[in-house]
Amino acid sequence: MRAIAAATVWADNTPGDYLPLFLLLGLAVLLGATQLIASHVLGKRGVPSPAKDSAYECGIEAETSAHTRFSVKFYLVAVLFILFDVEVVFFFPWAVFFGSGDPAGIFENRQALMQFAFAEMMVFLGILFLGWYWVVKKRALDWEEA
Amino acid sequence: MIWDVLGKLLHAFLVVGLVLPLMAALMVWAERRVSAFMQDRLGPNRVGPAGLLQPIADVLKFIFKEDVIPGHVNRVMYVLAPLMVFVPALIVFSVVPYARGMAIAPLNIGILLVFAVSSLGVYGITIGGWASNSKYSLYGGVRASAQMISYELALSLSVIPIFLVTGSMNLESVVAWQAQNVWLLLPLFPAFIIFLVSSYAETNRLPFDCPEAETELVAGYHTEYSSMKFAIFFMAEYINMITFSALVVTLFFGGYTLPFLELPAGLWGTVLSGCIFAAKVSFFLFLFLWVRWTLPRFRYDQLMDLGWKVMLPACLVLIVCTAGVRAFIWPG
Repeated sequence: MRAIAAATVWADNTPGDYLPLFLLLGLAVLLGATQLIASHVLGKRGVPSPAKDSAYECGIEAETSAHTRFSVKFYLVAVLFILFDVEVVFFFPWAVFFGSGDPAGIFENRQALMQFAFAEMMVFLGILFLGWYWVVKKRALDWEEA
Repeated sequence: MIWDVLGKLLHAFLVVGLVLPLMAALMVWAERRVSAFMQDRLGPNRVGPAGLLQPIADVLKFIFKEDVIPGHVNRVMYVLAPLMVFVPALIVFSVVPYARGMAIAPLNIGILLVFAVSSLGVYGITIGGWASNSKYSLYGGVRASAQMISYELALSLSVIPIFLVTGSMNLESVVAWQAQNVWLLLPLFPAFIIFLVSSYAETNRLPFDCPEAETELVAGYHTEYSSMKFAIFFMAEYINMITFSALVVTLFFGGYTLPFLELPAGLWGTVLSGCIFAAKVSFFLFLFLWVRWTLPRFRYDQLMDLGWKVMLPACLVLIVCTAGVRAFIWPG
């Protein structure tokens, strides 16, 4: 079990292995565009009317522009997401290294590596958790108006 | 070389150009039929046997409908937005091993690519909502983006215990680990729950479909969309459901393997593994429908609270526990 996991982690992908992704990207764009163009070409020719050119608001005529201001909470969530997501990215290499053991043989044994990695991550996690706690205490995530 | 590339292209086309859309069509049919049965109705049953051809008829209808681009929208963004949702939805499936040794792109960054690409879909939804220049669309798009990024945190944190145990981001080796040991569902049950709930939020399905809550926002970000452009949004949602079901199966339910079943070598084994995978995925697709008609929609603030104040700390605790157990009790 250990042999399989370790072998697959450290087997490097060559750039050629990413080729299918780009083929797929081209294919996906092509498929989507074909459908859009097909419906544009084959679709029924409609008669223009003012009703088609107005935003749908359940039958009531739209009075103001739709591009109005919306709650600042959304921006706050976006900024918090960026902060937390960048930290989450740091977990990935740590977790893979932790789980796959010590292929380079730096530590005396796997247990020593794991305990060291655990302690390191506790510090990082502690800071992350403090940040989260501060955000909650600041009521940054409360949606009902205070 | 050229045959190699052509082979890969054919593989990609068969999977995302043929099988995935076909599954999505089947899923649309299943959703309408299952919903109907759960409400004591019959659902579409006229086109083809048991109504199976209904999605085909729907697609034809969508294509031949008038391709309206309303005068009040931002034309370029309005047309591009469906594509920006559709393309990532198709690409994400590339790393999923859907049968033994079969994946369009078996990469060792596996799940990292899933998160990187699937989150691009948020752009399409937000841009679509903004470009529609309609209040319902804008609110739907903004809500969707906030919801999806919030749950993405929980989603990506909930797979970290898997790496702590298996030591690989390659989905193929996650499956191999499970085949040799135990389905990750058992040791990592809380991670499975968090992943499942977050994937419902990521795909904008009930009980988290606030972005298109029809009782509040008409149809959310695709209110102003019609004909094939609407159909593409719709298809992308179903393909995302299939992909996330496939991911749940791969990460927690042993992928294409079954315990106590030695897959025979050769083609027959590969086909069998594909069937096993399809059966497991079907169950989770059914779960999407089952949940839809069981749970009421969350209110938006409850939804965000659940993501940030419950799931996120729960993930952190789970990571500490998993790492602690491995470091001090069971080094494996």
